[in-house]
Amino acid sequence: MFKRTEAAGTPFAFTFDGQEVAAREGDSIAGALLAAGIVITRTTPVGQAPRGPFCMMGACFDCLAEVDGIGGVQTCLVPARPGMVVQRQIGVRDLDEADAA
Amino acid sequence: MSEIFDVAVIGGGMVGSAIAYGCAIRGARTVLLDGADGSLRAARGNFGLVWSQGKGARMPAYAAWTRASLDRWTAFSEAMGSAAGQEIGYRRTGGLDFCLGDEDFQERTEEVRRLHNLVAGGPEIQMLDRAELRALLPNTPFGPNVTGASLMPDDGHANPLLLLRGLHAGLHRAGAEHRPGIAVDSIVATDGAFLITGPTGQTRAHRVVVASGLGTPRLAAQIGIEIPMRAVKGQNMVTERLPPLLPMPASALRQTAEGVIQIGVTSEEGETRTATSVNHLARMATRAVEVLPVLKQARIVRAWAAMRPMTPDGYPAYAQSALYPGAFAAVCHSGVTLSAIHASVLAEAILAGALPAEMADMHPARFEGRTDVQAH
Repeated sequence: MFKRTEAAGTPFAFTFDGQEVAAREGDSIAGALLAAGIVITRTTPVGQAPRGPFCMMGACFDCLAEVDGIGGVQTCLVPARPGMVVQRQIGVRDLDEADAA
Repeated sequence: MSEIFDVAVIGGGMVGSAIAYGCAIRGARTVLLDGADGSLRAARGNFGLVWSQGKGARMPAYAAWTRASLDRWTAFSEAMGSAAGQEIGYRRTGGLDFCLGDEDFQERTEEVRRLHNLVAGGPEIQMLDRAELRALLPNTPFGPNVTGASLMPDDGHANPLLLLRGLHAGLHRAGAEHRPGIAVDSIVATDGAFLITGPTGQTRAHRVVVASGLGTPRLAAQIGIEIPMRAVKGQNMVTERLPPLLPMPASALRQTAEGVIQIGVTSEEGETRTATSVNHLARMATRAVEVLPVLKQARIVRAWAAMRPMTPDGYPAYAQSALYPGAFAAVCHSGVTLSAIHASVLAEAILAGALPAEMADMHPARFEGRTDVQAH
Protein backbone atom coordinates (compact mmCIF):
# COMPACT_ATOMS: atom_id res chain seq x y z
CA MET A 1 0.00 0.00 0.00
CA PHE A 2 2.81 2.42 0.94
CA LYS A 3 5.97 2.83 -1.11
CA ARG A 4 9.21 4.49 -0.05
CA THR A 5 9.96 7.59 -2.08
CA GLU A 6 13.61 7.65 -1.01
CA ALA A 7 16.04 4.78 -0.59
CA ALA A 8 18.34 6.76 1.73
CA GLY A 9 19.33 5.69 5.25
CA THR A 10 21.21 2.71 6.62
CA PRO A 11 19.01 -0.41 6.70
CA PHE A 12 18.37 -2.25 9.99
CA ALA A 13 15.68 -4.45 11.51
CA PHE A 14 13.34 -4.55 14.50
CA THR A 15 10.45 -6.87 15.28
CA PHE A 16 6.69 -6.40 15.32
CA ASP A 17 4.79 -9.21 17.05
CA GLY A 18 7.90 -11.33 16.50
CA GLN A 19 8.05 -10.66 12.77
CA GLU A 20 11.16 -8.96 11.40
CA VAL A 21 10.53 -5.47 9.99
CA ALA A 22 13.02 -3.84 7.59
CA ALA A 23 13.61 -0.21 8.53
CA ARG A 24 15.95 2.58 7.53
CA GLU A 25 17.73 5.10 9.67
CA GLY A 26 15.44 8.09 10.11
CA ASP A 27 12.20 6.07 10.03
CA SER A 28 9.70 6.51 12.79
CA ILE A 29 8.38 3.18 14.07
CA ALA A 30 5.03 3.92 12.42
CA GLY A 31 6.70 4.88 9.14
CA ALA A 32 8.70 1.65 9.05
CA LEU A 33 5.59 -0.40 9.86
CA LEU A 34 3.58 1.23 7.08
CA ALA A 35 6.44 0.72 4.62
CA ALA A 36 6.45 -2.95 5.62
CA GLY A 37 2.70 -3.21 4.97
CA ILE A 38 1.69 -3.34 8.65
CA VAL A 39 -1.24 -0.96 9.10
CA ILE A 40 -2.87 -2.16 12.34
CA THR A 41 -0.93 -1.33 15.50
CA ARG A 42 -3.65 -1.53 18.14
CA THR A 43 -7.29 -2.29 18.94
CA THR A 44 -9.62 0.17 20.65
CA PRO A 45 -10.29 -0.23 24.39
CA VAL A 46 -14.10 -0.37 24.21
CA GLY A 47 -15.11 -1.73 20.79
CA GLN A 48 -11.92 -3.72 19.98
CA ALA A 49 -11.86 -2.08 16.52
CA PRO A 50 -8.55 -2.16 14.61
CA ARG A 51 -6.55 1.08 14.40
CA GLY A 52 -3.29 2.14 12.84
CA PRO A 53 -1.08 5.13 12.05
CA PHE A 54 -3.16 7.97 10.62
CA CYS A 55 -1.98 11.53 11.21
CA MET A 56 1.77 10.73 11.53
CA MET A 57 2.26 13.90 13.58
CA GLY A 58 1.34 13.02 17.14
CA ALA A 59 -2.22 14.27 17.15
CA CYS A 60 -4.56 11.33 16.57
CA PHE A 61 -3.22 8.71 19.00
CA ASP A 62 -4.30 5.95 16.64
CA CYS A 63 -0.77 4.53 16.14
CA LEU A 64 -0.29 3.43 19.77
CA ALA A 65 1.63 0.21 20.31
CA GLU A 66 3.79 -1.48 22.93
CA VAL A 67 7.47 -0.63 22.46
CA ASP A 68 10.13 -2.53 24.43
CA GLY A 69 7.54 -3.41 27.06
CA ILE A 70 6.01 0.05 27.42
CA GLY A 71 2.42 0.39 26.28
CA GLY A 72 0.63 3.39 24.82
CA VAL A 73 3.62 4.64 22.81
CA GLN A 74 2.85 6.96 19.91
CA THR A 75 4.86 5.09 17.28
CA CYS A 76 4.78 8.00 14.81
CA LEU A 77 6.82 10.09 17.26
CA VAL A 78 9.49 7.54 18.19
CA PRO A 79 12.42 6.81 15.87
CA ALA A 80 12.83 3.13 15.02
CA ARG A 81 16.04 1.57 16.34
CA PRO A 82 17.78 -1.73 15.62
CA GLY A 83 16.48 -4.63 17.70
CA MET A 84 13.41 -2.84 19.08
CA VAL A 85 10.63 -5.15 20.18
CA VAL A 86 7.28 -3.70 19.11
CA GLN A 87 3.97 -5.36 19.76
CA ARG A 88 0.41 -4.66 18.73
CA GLN A 89 -1.49 -3.18 21.66
CA ILE A 90 -4.74 -4.87 22.47
CA GLY A 91 -7.05 -2.39 24.20
CA VAL A 92 -5.67 -0.16 26.95
CA ARG A 93 -2.17 -0.59 28.20
CA ASP A 94 -1.55 -2.17 31.59
CA LEU A 95 -0.53 0.00 34.50
CA ASP A 96 2.06 -1.11 37.00
CA GLU A 97 0.23 -2.63 39.94
CA ALA A 98 2.90 -1.40 42.34
CA ASP A 99 1.01 1.87 42.70
CA ALA A 100 -2.16 0.16 43.84
CA ALA A 101 -2.87 0.76 47.50
CA MET B 1 -39.50 41.81 5.97
CA SER B 2 -38.99 38.06 6.29
CA GLU B 3 -40.84 35.73 8.60
CA ILE B 4 -41.42 36.32 12.29
CA PHE B 5 -40.28 33.43 14.47
CA ASP B 6 -42.16 32.45 17.63
CA VAL B 7 -38.89 32.34 19.56
CA ALA B 8 -35.36 33.57 18.89
CA VAL B 9 -32.68 32.32 21.28
CA ILE B 10 -29.41 34.27 21.29
CA GLY B 11 -26.63 31.90 22.29
CA GLY B 12 -25.98 28.36 21.07
CA GLY B 13 -24.20 27.02 24.13
CA MET B 14 -25.57 24.57 26.65
CA VAL B 15 -28.22 26.95 28.03
CA GLY B 16 -29.47 28.49 24.78
CA SER B 17 -29.45 25.19 22.90
CA ALA B 18 -31.50 23.46 25.62
CA ILE B 19 -34.07 26.27 25.61
CA ALA B 20 -34.27 26.33 21.81
CA TYR B 21 -34.60 22.54 21.72
CA GLY B 22 -37.35 22.65 24.36
CA CYS B 23 -39.27 25.34 22.46
CA ALA B 24 -38.88 23.57 19.11
CA ILE B 25 -40.13 20.17 20.29
CA ARG B 26 -43.19 21.97 21.72
CA GLY B 27 -44.04 23.19 18.24
CA ALA B 28 -42.73 26.76 18.39
CA ARG B 29 -41.06 28.16 15.26
CA THR B 30 -37.62 28.61 16.77
CA VAL B 31 -34.34 30.11 15.60
CA LEU B 32 -31.07 29.66 17.48
CA LEU B 33 -28.61 32.48 16.82
CA ASP B 34 -25.19 31.03 17.59
CA GLY B 35 -21.87 32.83 17.85
CA ALA B 36 -18.65 32.36 15.94
CA ASP B 37 -16.11 29.53 16.29
CA GLY B 38 -13.89 31.88 18.26
CA SER B 39 -16.58 32.86 20.79
CA LEU B 40 -16.01 31.96 24.43
CA ARG B 41 -17.71 28.59 24.70
CA ALA B 42 -18.03 27.07 28.14
CA ALA B 43 -20.30 24.47 26.53
CA ARG B 44 -17.29 23.01 24.76
CA GLY B 45 -14.87 23.14 27.64
CA ASN B 46 -16.72 21.89 30.68
CA PHE B 47 -16.20 18.86 32.88
CA GLY B 48 -19.40 16.94 32.18
CA LEU B 49 -20.78 16.26 35.64
CA VAL B 50 -24.54 15.89 36.10
CA TRP B 51 -24.38 16.94 39.66
CA SER B 52 -26.32 18.08 42.71
CA GLN B 53 -23.80 17.50 45.48
CA GLY B 54 -23.02 20.69 47.35
CA LYS B 55 -25.19 22.89 45.13
CA GLY B 56 -27.62 25.45 46.49
CA ALA B 57 -26.59 25.46 50.14
CA ARG B 58 -27.39 29.19 50.32
CA MET B 59 -30.30 29.10 47.87
CA PRO B 60 -32.81 26.30 48.46
CA ALA B 61 -34.70 27.23 45.26
CA TYR B 62 -31.55 26.42 43.26
CA ALA B 63 -31.04 23.15 45.14
CA ALA B 64 -34.63 22.18 44.30
CA TRP B 65 -34.21 23.33 40.69
CA THR B 66 -31.08 21.17 40.35
CA ARG B 67 -32.88 18.20 41.88
CA ALA B 68 -35.84 18.67 39.51
CA SER B 69 -33.43 18.66 36.55
CA LEU B 70 -31.72 15.47 37.78
CA ASP B 71 -35.14 13.82 38.06
CA ARG B 72 -35.61 14.46 34.34
CA TRP B 73 -32.12 13.44 33.25
CA THR B 74 -32.62 9.74 32.48
CA ALA B 75 -35.45 10.34 30.03
CA PHE B 76 -33.70 13.46 28.72
CA SER B 77 -30.44 11.59 28.03
CA GLU B 78 -32.37 8.99 26.04
CA ALA B 79 -33.91 11.73 23.89
CA MET B 80 -30.46 13.28 23.43
CA GLY B 81 -28.93 9.94 22.48
CA SER B 82 -31.66 9.36 19.94
CA ALA B 83 -31.10 12.82 18.43
CA ALA B 84 -27.29 12.57 18.49
CA GLY B 85 -27.31 9.12 16.89
CA GLN B 86 -25.34 7.59 19.75
CA GLU B 87 -25.84 7.44 23.49
CA ILE B 88 -24.36 10.44 25.27
CA GLY B 89 -22.55 8.50 27.98
CA TYR B 90 -24.89 9.37 30.85
CA ARG B 91 -24.03 7.29 33.93
CA ARG B 92 -26.14 7.86 37.02
CA THR B 93 -23.76 6.03 39.31
CA GLY B 94 -23.61 8.32 42.29
CA GLY B 95 -20.98 11.02 42.65
CA LEU B 96 -18.08 11.40 45.06
CA ASP B 97 -16.06 14.24 46.49
CA PHE B 98 -12.85 12.86 47.97
CA CYS B 99 -11.29 13.99 51.26
CA LEU B 100 -7.52 14.15 51.53
CA GLY B 101 -6.21 14.08 55.09
CA ASP B 102 -8.02 14.17 58.43
CA GLU B 103 -8.76 17.89 58.51
CA ASP B 104 -10.46 17.73 55.12
CA PHE B 105 -12.51 14.77 56.34
CA GLN B 106 -13.63 16.62 59.49
CA GLU B 107 -14.61 19.73 57.55
CA ARG B 108 -16.56 17.74 55.00
CA THR B 109 -18.35 15.82 57.72
CA GLU B 110 -19.53 19.15 59.18
CA GLU B 111 -20.59 20.38 55.76
CA VAL B 112 -22.53 17.21 55.02
CA ARG B 113 -24.35 17.65 58.32
CA ARG B 114 -25.34 21.20 57.33
CA LEU B 115 -26.56 20.02 53.92
CA HIS B 116 -28.91 17.49 55.49
CA ASN B 117 -32.46 17.83 54.19
CA LEU B 118 -31.50 20.55 51.68
CA VAL B 119 -34.24 19.35 49.37
CA ALA B 120 -37.14 17.85 51.33
CA GLY B 121 -37.75 14.26 50.30
CA GLY B 122 -34.71 14.21 48.01
CA PRO B 123 -31.79 11.80 48.25
CA GLU B 124 -29.40 12.64 51.04
CA ILE B 125 -25.72 13.31 50.77
CA GLN B 126 -23.74 10.72 52.78
CA MET B 127 -20.36 10.73 54.44
CA LEU B 128 -18.12 7.70 53.86
CA ASP B 129 -14.96 7.02 55.82
CA ARG B 130 -12.05 5.26 54.15
CA ALA B 131 -13.24 1.77 55.01
CA GLU B 132 -16.72 2.48 53.68
CA LEU B 133 -15.28 4.03 50.53
CA ARG B 134 -13.11 0.99 49.92
CA ALA B 135 -16.06 -1.31 50.49
CA LEU B 136 -18.04 0.71 47.94
CA LEU B 137 -15.26 0.67 45.32
CA PRO B 138 -13.13 -2.38 46.15
CA ASN B 139 -11.17 -2.31 42.88
CA THR B 140 -10.20 1.36 42.95
CA PRO B 141 -6.56 1.80 44.04
CA PHE B 142 -6.93 4.79 46.38
CA GLY B 143 -3.89 6.52 47.73
CA PRO B 144 -3.06 6.33 51.47
CA ASN B 145 -4.08 9.95 52.07
CA VAL B 146 -7.67 9.44 50.94
CA THR B 147 -9.56 9.60 54.22
CA GLY B 148 -13.05 9.27 52.82
CA ALA B 149 -15.55 10.96 50.56
CA SER B 150 -18.98 12.48 50.48
CA LEU B 151 -21.40 10.63 48.23
CA MET B 152 -24.55 11.82 46.50
CA PRO B 153 -26.43 8.71 45.38
CA ASP B 154 -27.81 9.67 42.00
CA ASP B 155 -25.31 12.20 40.76
CA GLY B 156 -23.47 11.16 37.62
CA HIS B 157 -21.77 12.32 34.46
CA ALA B 158 -22.23 12.48 30.70
CA ASN B 159 -20.27 13.38 27.60
CA PRO B 160 -20.94 17.13 27.31
CA LEU B 161 -19.93 17.33 23.65
CA LEU B 162 -22.39 14.60 22.70
CA LEU B 163 -25.04 16.35 24.79
CA LEU B 164 -24.52 19.56 22.82
CA ARG B 165 -24.59 17.56 19.61
CA GLY B 166 -27.88 15.97 20.71
CA LEU B 167 -29.43 19.36 21.46
CA HIS B 168 -28.44 20.79 18.09
CA ALA B 169 -29.52 17.69 16.15
CA GLY B 170 -32.76 17.50 18.16
CA LEU B 171 -33.77 21.10 17.57
CA HIS B 172 -32.96 20.71 13.89
CA ARG B 173 -35.11 17.59 13.72
CA ALA B 174 -37.95 19.51 15.37
CA GLY B 175 -37.84 22.09 12.61
CA ALA B 176 -35.83 24.81 14.35
CA GLU B 177 -33.14 26.75 12.57
CA HIS B 178 -29.58 26.84 13.93
CA ARG B 179 -27.68 29.82 12.55
CA PRO B 180 -23.97 29.81 13.44
CA GLY B 181 -21.60 32.73 13.04
CA ILE B 182 -24.12 35.35 14.14
CA ALA B 183 -23.08 38.39 16.15
CA VAL B 184 -25.87 40.42 17.75
CA ASP B 185 -25.56 44.17 18.24
CA SER B 186 -29.06 45.16 19.25
CA ILE B 187 -32.47 43.96 20.33
CA VAL B 188 -35.32 46.39 19.73
CA ALA B 189 -39.04 45.97 20.44
CA THR B 190 -40.92 47.08 17.36
CA ASP B 191 -44.29 46.41 15.71
CA GLY B 192 -45.27 43.71 18.16
CA ALA B 193 -42.08 41.74 17.68
CA PHE B 194 -38.43 41.92 18.64
CA LEU B 195 -35.98 42.96 15.96
CA ILE B 196 -32.53 41.44 16.49
CA THR B 197 -29.79 43.12 14.46
CA GLY B 198 -26.17 42.29 13.80
CA PRO B 199 -23.57 42.63 11.05
CA THR B 200 -24.91 39.57 9.23
CA GLY B 201 -28.55 40.64 9.17
CA GLN B 202 -31.77 40.85 11.11
CA THR B 203 -34.11 38.37 12.77
CA ARG B 204 -37.64 39.00 14.03
CA ALA B 205 -39.39 37.01 16.73
CA HIS B 206 -42.31 37.34 19.12
CA ARG B 207 -40.15 36.12 21.99
CA VAL B 208 -36.46 36.59 22.49
CA VAL B 209 -34.21 34.76 24.96
CA VAL B 210 -30.75 36.08 25.79
CA ALA B 211 -28.71 33.03 26.78
CA SER B 212 -25.35 34.37 25.73
CA GLY B 213 -23.11 33.30 28.59
CA LEU B 214 -20.57 36.03 29.29
CA GLY B 215 -22.13 38.09 26.49
CA THR B 216 -25.41 38.25 28.39
CA PRO B 217 -25.05 41.52 30.37
CA ARG B 218 -24.65 43.71 27.28
CA LEU B 219 -27.67 42.22 25.48
CA ALA B 220 -29.88 41.76 28.53
CA ALA B 221 -29.42 45.43 29.39
CA GLN B 222 -31.07 46.32 26.09
CA ILE B 223 -34.24 44.53 27.18
CA GLY B 224 -34.14 46.06 30.65
CA ILE B 225 -32.59 43.15 32.56
CA GLU B 226 -29.43 43.78 34.60
CA ILE B 227 -27.26 40.74 35.25
CA PRO B 228 -23.71 41.41 36.47
CA MET B 229 -21.36 38.65 35.42
CA ARG B 230 -17.71 37.74 35.48
CA ALA B 231 -15.56 35.08 33.86
CA VAL B 232 -14.08 32.36 36.06
CA LYS B 233 -11.54 30.29 34.22
CA GLY B 234 -11.44 26.52 34.58
CA GLN B 235 -8.65 24.27 33.31
CA ASN B 236 -9.05 20.63 32.42
CA MET B 237 -6.84 17.84 31.21
CA VAL B 238 -7.32 14.29 30.01
CA THR B 239 -5.10 11.23 30.09
CA GLU B 240 -4.71 8.49 27.56
CA ARG B 241 -7.31 5.73 27.80
CA LEU B 242 -6.75 3.58 30.85
CA PRO B 243 -8.17 0.38 32.34
CA PRO B 244 -11.27 0.86 34.52
CA LEU B 245 -10.11 2.56 37.74
CA LEU B 246 -12.92 4.78 38.95
CA PRO B 247 -16.49 3.56 38.40
CA MET B 248 -18.02 6.73 39.87
CA PRO B 249 -17.32 10.31 38.87
CA ALA B 250 -15.89 12.59 41.50
CA SER B 251 -15.49 16.29 41.87
CA ALA B 252 -12.53 17.14 39.58
CA LEU B 253 -11.81 13.50 38.69
CA ARG B 254 -13.78 11.19 36.46
CA GLN B 255 -13.19 8.31 34.07
CA THR B 256 -15.19 8.52 30.87
CA ALA B 257 -17.03 5.67 29.19
CA GLU B 258 -14.03 5.34 26.83
CA GLY B 259 -11.49 5.01 29.65
CA VAL B 260 -10.03 8.51 29.63
CA ILE B 261 -9.39 10.05 33.03
CA GLN B 262 -10.44 13.69 33.10
CA ILE B 263 -8.78 15.85 35.71
CA GLY B 264 -10.12 19.23 36.75
CA VAL B 265 -10.32 22.00 37.51
CA THR B 266 -9.30 25.48 38.47
CA SER B 267 -11.43 28.49 39.46
CA GLU B 268 -9.37 31.47 38.37
CA GLU B 269 -10.67 35.01 38.73
CA GLY B 270 -9.66 37.97 36.60
CA GLU B 271 -8.47 35.93 33.64
CA THR B 272 -9.15 37.11 30.10
CA ARG B 273 -7.50 34.39 28.02
CA THR B 274 -8.33 30.71 27.71
CA ALA B 275 -4.70 29.58 27.77
CA THR B 276 -3.68 26.76 30.10
CA SER B 277 -0.84 27.18 32.58
CA VAL B 278 1.62 24.51 33.66
CA ASN B 279 1.62 25.50 37.33
CA HIS B 280 -2.14 24.99 37.60
CA LEU B 281 -2.10 21.77 35.60
CA ALA B 282 0.70 20.45 37.82
CA ARG B 283 -1.32 21.18 40.95
CA MET B 284 -4.36 19.41 39.49
CA ALA B 285 -2.25 16.41 38.51
CA THR B 286 -0.65 16.26 41.95
CA ARG B 287 -4.03 16.08 43.63
CA ALA B 288 -5.26 13.43 41.18
CA VAL B 289 -2.16 11.32 41.89
CA GLU B 290 -2.79 11.71 45.61
CA VAL B 291 -6.26 10.21 45.08
CA LEU B 292 -5.14 7.52 42.62
CA PRO B 293 -1.33 7.05 42.74
CA VAL B 294 -1.44 4.79 39.67
CA LEU B 295 -2.20 7.92 37.63
CA LYS B 296 1.44 8.99 37.88
CA GLN B 297 2.06 6.46 35.10
CA ALA B 298 -0.61 7.98 32.87
CA ARG B 299 0.24 10.23 29.97
CA ILE B 300 -1.59 13.51 29.62
CA VAL B 301 -3.00 13.76 26.14
CA ARG B 302 -4.60 17.18 26.12
CA ALA B 303 -5.32 20.19 28.33
CA TRP B 304 -7.64 23.12 27.80
CA ALA B 305 -9.37 25.96 29.57
CA ALA B 306 -12.77 27.59 29.34
CA MET B 307 -14.51 30.53 30.97
CA ARG B 308 -17.43 29.90 33.31
CA PRO B 309 -20.13 32.56 33.04
CA MET B 310 -20.52 33.42 36.71
CA THR B 311 -23.08 35.60 38.48
CA PRO B 312 -22.10 37.39 41.72
CA ASP B 313 -23.41 34.57 43.95
CA GLY B 314 -22.61 31.80 41.47
CA TYR B 315 -26.24 30.78 41.10
CA PRO B 316 -28.28 30.95 37.90
CA ALA B 317 -30.20 34.05 36.86
CA TYR B 318 -33.50 33.90 34.98
CA ALA B 319 -35.80 36.81 34.21
CA GLN B 320 -38.53 38.05 31.97
CA SER B 321 -38.26 41.74 31.19
CA ALA B 322 -40.80 43.90 33.02
CA LEU B 323 -40.38 46.58 30.34
CA TYR B 324 -40.65 44.22 27.38
CA PRO B 325 -42.77 41.15 28.14
CA GLY B 326 -41.72 38.29 25.91
CA ALA B 327 -38.02 39.10 26.34
CA PHE B 328 -36.10 36.78 28.67
CA ALA B 329 -32.58 36.24 29.93
CA ALA B 330 -31.15 32.95 31.21
CA VAL B 331 -27.62 32.34 32.38
CA CYS B 332 -25.79 29.87 34.60
CA HIS B 333 -22.54 27.91 34.84
CA SER B 334 -24.22 24.52 35.37
CA GLY B 335 -25.52 24.17 31.84
CA VAL B 336 -25.02 20.40 31.65
CA THR B 337 -26.82 19.52 34.88
CA LEU B 338 -29.61 22.03 34.24
CA SER B 339 -30.08 21.23 30.53
CA ALA B 340 -32.90 18.77 31.27
CA ILE B 341 -34.96 21.39 33.09
CA HIS B 342 -34.03 24.20 30.69
CA ALA B 343 -35.38 22.03 27.86
CA SER B 344 -38.64 21.39 29.73
CA VAL B 345 -39.85 23.67 32.54
CA LEU B 346 -37.98 26.78 31.36
CA ALA B 347 -38.90 26.32 27.68
CA GLU B 348 -42.55 25.83 28.63
CA ALA B 349 -42.49 28.93 30.81
CA ILE B 350 -41.00 31.02 27.99
CA LEU B 351 -43.70 29.83 25.60
CA ALA B 352 -46.37 30.49 28.24
CA GLY B 353 -44.97 33.98 28.82
CA ALA B 354 -44.45 33.66 32.56
CA LEU B 355 -41.69 32.17 34.73
CA PRO B 356 -43.10 29.93 37.50
CA ALA B 357 -42.98 30.82 41.19
CA GLU B 358 -40.36 28.12 41.82
CA MET B 359 -37.90 30.26 39.81
CA ALA B 360 -38.60 33.55 41.65
CA ASP B 361 -35.56 33.36 43.95
CA MET B 362 -33.28 33.01 40.93
CA HIS B 363 -34.31 36.40 39.50
CA PRO B 364 -31.31 38.73 38.97
CA ALA B 365 -33.09 41.46 40.97
CA ARG B 366 -31.21 39.93 43.91
CA PHE B 367 -28.01 41.56 42.59
CA GLU B 368 -29.34 45.13 42.69
CA GLY B 369 -27.05 47.40 44.63
CA ARG B 370 -24.23 44.91 44.74
CA THR B 371 -20.91 46.58 44.16
CA ASP B 372 -18.57 43.67 44.73
CA VAL B 373 -18.60 42.61 41.11
CA GLN B 374 -18.09 44.30 37.86
CA ALA B 375 -20.61 43.95 35.08
CA HIS B 376 -18.81 43.38 31.84
